[in-house]
Amino acid sequence: MTQHRWRNFINALMFGVTAACALATVLVLFWILGFLLWNGGKSLNLAFFTQLPKPPGETGGGMANAIVGSVQIVLIASIIGIPIGFLGGIYLAEFGRGAFPFLVRYTADLLNGVPSIVMGLFAYAIVVRPMHQFSALAGGVALSVILIPTTIRTTEQFLRAVPQTLREGALALGANKWKTIATVVVPAAVRGVATGMILGIARIAGESAPLLFTSFGNDYWSRSLGQPTSALPLMIYKYAISPYADWHRQAWAAGLVLLVLMLLLNISARLVLSPGAPRN
Amino acid sequence: MMGTLQNSTIAGPPAANPGAAAPGRVEPKLKISRLNFFYGAYQALHGVELEIAANRITALIGPSGCGKSTFLRVLNRMHETVRGARVAGEVLLDNEDALAMDVSRLRRRVGMVFQKPNPFPKSIFDNVAYGLRVNGTRNSARLKEAVEHSLKRAALWEEVKDKLHKSAYDLSGGQQQRLCIARGLAVDPEVLLLDEPSSALDPIATAKIEELVFHLKDNCTIVIVTHNMQQAARIADETGFFLLGKLIEFDKTETIFKNPAKKETEDYITGRFG
Repeated sequence: MTQHRWRNFINALMFGVTAACALATVLVLFWILGFLLWNGGKSLNLAFFTQLPKPPGETGGGMANAIVGSVQIVLIASIIGIPIGFLGGIYLAEFGRGAFPFLVRYTADLLNGVPSIVMGLFAYAIVVRPMHQFSALAGGVALSVILIPTTIRTTEQFLRAVPQTLREGALALGANKWKTIATVVVPAAVRGVATGMILGIARIAGESAPLLFTSFGNDYWSRSLGQPTSALPLMIYKYAISPYADWHRQAWAAGLVLLVLMLLLNISARLVLSPGAPRN
Repeated sequence: MMGTLQNSTIAGPPAANPGAAAPGRVEPKLKISRLNFFYGAYQALHGVELEIAANRITALIGPSGCGKSTFLRVLNRMHETVRGARVAGEVLLDNEDALAMDVSRLRRRVGMVFQKPNPFPKSIFDNVAYGLRVNGTRNSARLKEAVEHSLKRAALWEEVKDKLHKSAYDLSGGQQQRLCIARGLAVDPEVLLLDEPSSALDPIATAKIEELVFHLKDNCTIVIVTHNMQQAARIADETGFFLLGKLIEFDKTETIFKNPAKKETEDYITGRFG
């Protein structure tokens, strides 16, 4: 009888502990969201999206150049990183047997764990030094190096999840391997693969460390991709450590804008890739 | 020691052995000789000899793991997707070396339907049109015609004609399997291999598959692997019994079931093992 009650007690206790931890996770998330909305929402106005930053001491101004700069840098990173990661992932999932693919997989996982600031150092060495210039291009290269390993591994995983029977069905109709991959395997996995890519892009869009000495930042509009370029995470960093209350408020606003941009990206991609629809 | 018996070098051109085409004797659609098959070091087939006649239904029966599915997959070389799989011996399709010809060409001539329905995540139309498109057909009128024709041959047209552009996943399991048969028929194969095509289906769906397969033999040679002995007895003209990687007996279906020559066959038919 006592043993029975003891078991029930442990059962209830463990339920409580796990539920409390789950609740804590959600609470932290909503806390952050609420903080951003509360602090950032107050200082968001039209000027934030249309004007350049004001010099220290003056209030007002905006981060128009940083928003555009972030989009530019992330686009460059995606143009470099997505095709390499995607095609590399296809190789690992469909052709990957033996020592070389093992090496690729291992390296990708290793790269995933490298601190992002090291990627910035790398881009500094291979792009900034030869060009004698900080630039959006260098920032894009730094972020692409972060994007490649996540893209390659998620692509591989989702392609591997496609049942072997689908591949056999296509091969049995006289399709060769590449045709099978392009017309059956990839379409079957496209939702997962695309979601993985978007999560990867969202991650790099929020990186500040790799941009510190690659795109560097700019208080004005950059006239080309070869010039120092501002980005939202850089502005958050710069404004948050400044001594000015107005800049602090703008840093919150920048955080909110960054979050909303990622959310939009995520939601639109999910809408486009709606489930169940046959893909032609 | 079997490693030296490389398949491709053995097959001679059709004209090289005129003795095989004796007058009055019908050439087999498929002629398999001295077929040995290995998964790595494990030998799954031992010296299989078999001639499959055109426009007949040939059933292959035997207990699980006896090699009948492996044998079937050699006929259109689906075994090549398995790492470490190796085949030695000879497979002739209309006297042509099937193991040496271009594999895409072979699979267009020798189609396959699998154990579990495996429609592509595409529309019904695109599933059936897949093989034609892969082989270069772009003309939409021709595609439409071929899709309709194939779906009719697979006895599915009436059920899907109003929803050709719906996802194939909306169909029931039995319909999906008939769709897969239609997909295989669309490229107009000379031989259709069926690997336990109704083992995942209910009795009514199974009956439909059996009936349509029975009608297919007018234009197609059918080889069907089945676990279900009644199924073999119902639809097959000839039946082969596999045991432990060997073809024990091959004869007219009636003979196999009523008067088998080998004791192993009789034991299996009468349910003494397997």
